[in-house]
Amino acid sequence: MSVSNSCKDAWNYAKSLLIGLGVTGKNFVKPTITVIYPWQQVDNMSTFRGHVELIPKDDDPFTPRCVACGACADACPSHCLTVVAPPKTPKPKADAPAAALVEGRVIPKTEKAAAPEKSRAPVQFFLDYSMCSLCGQCERVCPAKSLRFSNNVYLTGFSREDFKIDLLARMKSQGSGQPAPSRQKPPETAPVSEKEKEPA
Amino acid sequence: MRDHTAAAAAPKPPVDTSLWGDSYAARFEPDPSGERMIVNMGPQHPSTHGVLRVLLELDGEYIVRAEPVLGYIHRMHEWMAENRTYAQFIPNMGRVDYLHALAWNWAYVGAVERLAGMEVPERAEYIRVITCELNRISSHLLWWGAYLLDLGAFTPIMYAFDDRERILDILQMVTGSRLTYSSFTFGGVSTDLPPEFIPKTREFISSLRGRLPMFRDLVTDNGILRGRCEGIGILDLDTARRYGATGPCLRGSGQPYDVRRAEPYSIYDRFEYRIPTESACDAMARYFVRLSEIDESLSIVEQAMDSIPDGPIQGKGPRKIRPPKGEACYAVEGARGKIMIMVQSDGGPNPYRVKLRAPGFSNLSLFAELAQGTLLSDAVSILGSLDLVIPEIDR
Amino acid sequence: MSMTISLADPLVRLILALVGIFAFVALNGLVLVYVERKVAGFCQRRPGPLHVGPQGLIQPLVDALKLVGKQLLTPAKGDPILFWAAPLLAFLPVALCFLPLPFDASLKAIDMNLGLVLILAFSGVNVIALCLAGWGSGNKWGILGAARAVAQSVAYEVPLLLSVLAVAFMSGSLDLFVVTESQGAWPWQWYAMKNPLAFLIFIICAVAETNRAPFDLPEAESELTAGFHTEYSGMGFGLFFLAEYANMIVVSGVAAALFLGGYQGPVASGIWWFLAKLYAILLLIIWLRWTYPRVRFDQLLNLSWKRLTPVALLVLAGTAVAVRLGG
Repeated sequence: MSVSNSCKDAWNYAKSLLIGLGVTGKNFVKPTITVIYPWQQVDNMSTFRGHVELIPKDDDPFTPRCVACGACADACPSHCLTVVAPPKTPKPKADAPAAALVEGRVIPKTEKAAAPEKSRAPVQFFLDYSMCSLCGQCERVCPAKSLRFSNNVYLTGFSREDFKIDLLARMKSQGSGQPAPSRQKPPETAPVSEKEKEPA
Repeated sequence: MRDHTAAAAAPKPPVDTSLWGDSYAARFEPDPSGERMIVNMGPQHPSTHGVLRVLLELDGEYIVRAEPVLGYIHRMHEWMAENRTYAQFIPNMGRVDYLHALAWNWAYVGAVERLAGMEVPERAEYIRVITCELNRISSHLLWWGAYLLDLGAFTPIMYAFDDRERILDILQMVTGSRLTYSSFTFGGVSTDLPPEFIPKTREFISSLRGRLPMFRDLVTDNGILRGRCEGIGILDLDTARRYGATGPCLRGSGQPYDVRRAEPYSIYDRFEYRIPTESACDAMARYFVRLSEIDESLSIVEQAMDSIPDGPIQGKGPRKIRPPKGEACYAVEGARGKIMIMVQSDGGPNPYRVKLRAPGFSNLSLFAELAQGTLLSDAVSILGSLDLVIPEIDR
Repeated sequence: MSMTISLADPLVRLILALVGIFAFVALNGLVLVYVERKVAGFCQRRPGPLHVGPQGLIQPLVDALKLVGKQLLTPAKGDPILFWAAPLLAFLPVALCFLPLPFDASLKAIDMNLGLVLILAFSGVNVIALCLAGWGSGNKWGILGAARAVAQSVAYEVPLLLSVLAVAFMSGSLDLFVVTESQGAWPWQWYAMKNPLAFLIFIICAVAETNRAPFDLPEAESELTAGFHTEYSGMGFGLFFLAEYANMIVVSGVAAALFLGGYQGPVASGIWWFLAKLYAILLLIIWLRWTYPRVRFDQLLNLSWKRLTPVALLVLAGTAVAVRLGG
């Protein structure tokens, strides 16, 4: 290894080190790029997809589009969703008379009576967010397009119970403009009756 | 391959296990002279990139024997596949290798599409390419930062994460997540590109291209780094072939094997890109391959955005798919190598068997041979240059 | 020979100097921790300590209090006497090294004409401390770290000594005060300009002797999980930390005195010039840490034995010839 070669190598080595120092030095005087939460906020959260929430009907902000088919609960890999369908209204019997007697008037069968508006909206809709992996399968399979991702970034809680979210209550509070209740109780074992929601 | 049958049948000498807790260390017999030290690197160690345990037999600073011990983060993904429907398994793929989650997503949905004979619309293919290449860039940036952190430089990882934040913001626009993406569906992608995606990505591409010279000045040309990487971990082509190494490990040894060219999938044949290959076979060669791949990925993303067509993003298919009986494989070029998934169906709603081939597993098996006779610092450098993600290896 | 100050008794002067030195070291330890973390932060485009006190100024104090409050654990497999002797051995001799430093023309703690020898001798005690720390831990990683530290320190003593000798030739004395006086007030009169190679060798050896990056293998975080101080908790670790910073201050002070003219300056010579030059070199050492990766161990030893030592010998020979010819 000749002396001139080693001198050249040493010079290149030293030059590379000095250039490196220059890079760090230049970055030293540049402003910081970190965002010191919570005194400052980041600005890229509008595209964040948090937990799912129910989409209300266009004409009624307190009723979801959901038809309680249970496809989302089936599709969830972690079984996070609990959907309770409304009780079934009894179908008219097959051997009913050709004409129906309604309120003293005879209505022929061909004339379709105005059936009472039966709502297929679910009675309960709970999401166990502590198990959710934000995969989006529920949102994808919904036939009524009733689920969307919320932008609930700053969801915090003190216990697992805080992450069992009552999505119906959330939707209703969004419709009325009130903030959603902070503590939401999950359903009891026999979820048939309408549950009273605890105020915030 | 060592023949274990004779060794297993022979009577074993009694081993003093009072100092060593477990069976691995007990079988890792030291030499009788007692001059060598057996050390556990990991499973908790700052530079093993996950829960990897490496049993080292050290003669002073030189490594005489190295044996990686796996399984500390085995999460039974393949079992989970057999107990979930096809669609329910998609989010698992994001968790196998969280750094290049979209490649694993792609391999799985591709295998199921191949099995079920589903078509993917054009626009969905373009979206898949763009997002997967952006994910590859973010994976390589993290590798670069973490490699230098292992070598003792604390600043480059911060610079790398600055650029990576921008990629994560861009990918959040499309997929909604920053790390564990699961936005591919059978027959397409789940969400379309929002209108601000393309301008923002173009802006990002030009900003990253402006940063790469700074990375070169600070790190690549640095004499100390060259001393740590040049001539370290020489992986000749024959050894690489024997162990089934793929990805930058193989391309750093001179073999230009890239799944996107060798087993073309999707629309990669429409883009012009090089396969960066180096012939020096050392850690520096693998370093150069990965940095060049960042350039190539940027170029692919640009070409894809220039020619992306309009159209649907989701092909036709039932919501709950039941592929016909049979099996299909699909291979994808991940950031670490060739990801291959085999899906076997028996006609039911759940897969019968899903085999996940992780490139890291083959790359890690190289380590035992590469680390022999090297210094401890070199072992750390070799481990970093193999770009391992242990959750992917353990699945 | 000594300048007259109000207290003529040398013992009283020595005690006052030691008290002052301990205060200086403690204060500087706190300041240096803060400066290091802030420099690291700004190089990495982040703010560093920010919340404890205004702009994070009280952070080092709070950290020191935290360290003092932690439980002192002794590893079961280690030797407790050696284990706990090591931090003390690391920290106490460094305080002695401050005595010959020429802070100001009138601040002479002790009248000694072998100041440089004292500093070099007591810096070597650090090696024993590292050795004991690694061995007393009973931890294999600690032993590796200790072995590395010993080899590194021994290797870099030689070129350090040779470069210091070159300066001693130029000034004709080993007393730091005389060396400072023999330089001038202006930068072109400093020995750094007259003998730049010696300066460069000294800085490299100084960084290596204090185990600072890029030569920080004994405490290589990512390889050895903290090396020789893996097993130390609380104030044991705190003492090593403080000793490292004190060592840094000593070598920066020696560099300022030997090569940068000490307390002399173009206008108003005094202690402020000495401190300014000391902090400039300290900042350089901190800057180096946050820029470079670690040098591999055998490359480190090669650098010392194969490159620095021959060059330092040549520099010494050249300086001797130049001084002789210069008369």
